[in-house]
Amino acid sequence: MSTTTKTKLRRSMLFVPGSNTGMVCNAFIYKPDTVMFDLEDSVALSEKDSARLMVFHALQHFTYQDIETAVRVNPLDTPFGLLDLEAVVRGGVDIVRLPKTDTVQDVLDMEREIERIEKKIGRTKKTMLLAAIESALGVVNAVEIARSSSRMMGIALGAEDFVRDLHTQRTKEGGELMAARNQILLAARAAKIGAFDSIFSDIKDKEGFMHEVAYVKSLGFDGKSLINPNQIPWLHKEFAPSTKNISWAIEVIEAAKDAAERGLGVVSLDGKMVDAPIIARAEWIMDLARASGVLGAEL
Amino acid sequence: MRDLEKQYTSAELTSVNAPFFACKEQVKGQDRESKLCESIEAAIKRSGLKDGMTISFHHAFRGGDMIINKVMDIIAAMGFKDLTLASSSLASVHDPLIEHIKNGVVTQIYTSGLRSKLGEAISNGLMEKPVHIHSHGGRVHLLQSGELSIDVAFIGVPVCDRFGNANGHEGRSKCGSLGYAMSDAEFSKYVIVLTESLEEYPNGPASIAQDQVDCVVVVDAVGDPSKIGAGETRMTTNPKELLLASLTAKVIEYSGLFKEGFSLQTGTGGASLATTMFLSEKMEEKKITASFGLGGITGTMVYMLKRGLIKKLLDVQSFDEFAAKSLGENKNHIEISANQYANPSSKGAAVKQLDVVVLSALEVDLDFNVNVITGSKGILRGASGGHCDTAAEAKLAIIVAPLTRGRIPTVTKRVNTIVTPGSSVDVVITDQGIAVNPQNQALKEHLIKAGIAVVDMQTLYERAIRLCGEPKEIAYTDKVVALIRYRDGSIIDVVRQLA
Repeated sequence: MSTTTKTKLRRSMLFVPGSNTGMVCNAFIYKPDTVMFDLEDSVALSEKDSARLMVFHALQHFTYQDIETAVRVNPLDTPFGLLDLEAVVRGGVDIVRLPKTDTVQDVLDMEREIERIEKKIGRTKKTMLLAAIESALGVVNAVEIARSSSRMMGIALGAEDFVRDLHTQRTKEGGELMAARNQILLAARAAKIGAFDSIFSDIKDKEGFMHEVAYVKSLGFDGKSLINPNQIPWLHKEFAPSTKNISWAIEVIEAAKDAAERGLGVVSLDGKMVDAPIIARAEWIMDLARASGVLGAEL
Repeated sequence: MRDLEKQYTSAELTSVNAPFFACKEQVKGQDRESKLCESIEAAIKRSGLKDGMTISFHHAFRGGDMIINKVMDIIAAMGFKDLTLASSSLASVHDPLIEHIKNGVVTQIYTSGLRSKLGEAISNGLMEKPVHIHSHGGRVHLLQSGELSIDVAFIGVPVCDRFGNANGHEGRSKCGSLGYAMSDAEFSKYVIVLTESLEEYPNGPASIAQDQVDCVVVVDAVGDPSKIGAGETRMTTNPKELLLASLTAKVIEYSGLFKEGFSLQTGTGGASLATTMFLSEKMEEKKITASFGLGGITGTMVYMLKRGLIKKLLDVQSFDEFAAKSLGENKNHIEISANQYANPSSKGAAVKQLDVVVLSALEVDLDFNVNVITGSKGILRGASGGHCDTAAEAKLAIIVAPLTRGRIPTVTKRVNTIVTPGSSVDVVITDQGIAVNPQNQALKEHLIKAGIAVVDMQTLYERAIRLCGEPKEIAYTDKVVALIRYRDGSIIDVVRQLA
């Protein structure tokens, strides 16, 4: 269990099939912001038990103690959902990703079970929730879902199932996802939680991936689910702040520090007022710059 | 001539070795075809090969070589015994040598590499005399010092003329550079060129020239160029290899050596090729060009040459068809001999001009010693190659390896076999941490300043053991099956027979 918080940086959430031993053993080396073990769609029915057991052990292994972990569990209305939950909450997972969240009730059902397990084992650190919106109904209910639980740290678009529900398919242009993306983003921001975009499945198409990342970043998404470790550096590069932004952030922080030392509440920089939201923005840029590894020798 | 005979006695003339006597019976134009032999057997007879002598081969075709097995079968059928086989390296295709060793045809081996069943058999005590494992530079040193004295060199080439002018970048089965063969030809008493195609005289440019060749034989095939690279030529999509490559490129970028005119050697393998590609992007971004790329040359190095990112390639061995083709087409792609590449006692080895080398490892230990020859079970399964030659001379020797391979730790307390001493190694890059040799503090500071996390070797070792557990010690007998010769000829380590 990492020392994660609800507002942590989450640009990259790497899906790792819970039944893929090699990936479960190695995923941490790629340093995604969050490793997201999957027990649902990527795991064959015959592998459900072994995958659950493997993820349970991985969550407790020393290699996953300084990285945020999430697990996508099976829905509670399947024979596996509750067993998954029992294993991952006991294993110390940071976040449970709810599959196909259509209504507030889906969240409440999950929350109730998690609370029960936590209480039973004496777990004090609250398991967080990430709801995946994968249907038209879910998109319509996104605002309520986002605000349904204090454990909710974010909502994510599951585009593959969503387009099937819409009776269409994914395109490079992404017009079919426009309404869902905007709705999810608004719902997340209204609830002050994270918003995460769907996977990009063609792992060879770097250009298409980069195009989509730039687009969702400009919309305001915090990050994206990934299916291949090779996509992590591409994504982080796109999310990295520019040298210009970093220089601005350094100036703002220095000006604010200077103002604080001189006992001033507000200070101006290049004729513009620097107040608390501006300083918060500057600090966020510096966090991002550090995480992106762009605070190199040049600066 | 008659006047001379009047002035000097014949005894006096003999004592000064007057050359004109030797010319006496020559008829003009008579022996223009004289170097041509109709068969390998005839060439061997003509060479004067005897039991107990030393024969050599080159390994430019690597896994695609067709010469060694063919020639050794003929030599065995002709009844020769007790030969020393000095091949610049041996690949898994050479497992049939096991029979020739069992039958006493080959009783001693000098090579850079041993793999597959042959390596296993030797590790299990197949040979009475230990194998000498040399580096590419070290081999030429042994030739030069006279320890390794080749009686007959067999040199397979795609094209040659009737007088012995041969190269590797033309013809059907192109192997590219003949760098190792060039040094063999220089130091051998008798040179037989085996060629797929007989070109009109004079064939040029010639890597092996007429004044070094005794005999030429036309054969059906010398090698399969498609097996030179054996799957190592494609850009990898393996995430772990790409991760290692991006870390390596980053270390080079911030090493303090990444500036206009730097030089590099990257070798083969997925991570190496990817490192080259990542480095290309950084070079383009920062508008830096390299003065030369060295060693085994790959298609990606050729790509950098074509894009103007590298000015010259010094090619001792072409690792794929792109490199082999480029060698014949691009005047800035230069063929060099093993002597010019890496011999420590050469008047000029290119490694002495090298800035950065990227090398692999089977094992690396707490003192940064590197093993590239024996596997985790103690079996001979690798090659010394140019590892210790380049590491010793390059300003920055980088070892790249995953921290673990399955359940086998790469970082160990003590390597099974030392091929390259830790004093030559500057930095070890793994997927779970980068360790800088304490003797290179400047590099450590450069990397830390660039925000690259650096750990010590002990930390890497402990992590590897925590993941894999402490490996059980390998049980050996006292019998030495291989001597690891350092580039200067000294014995840096030995490999013992498995118990």
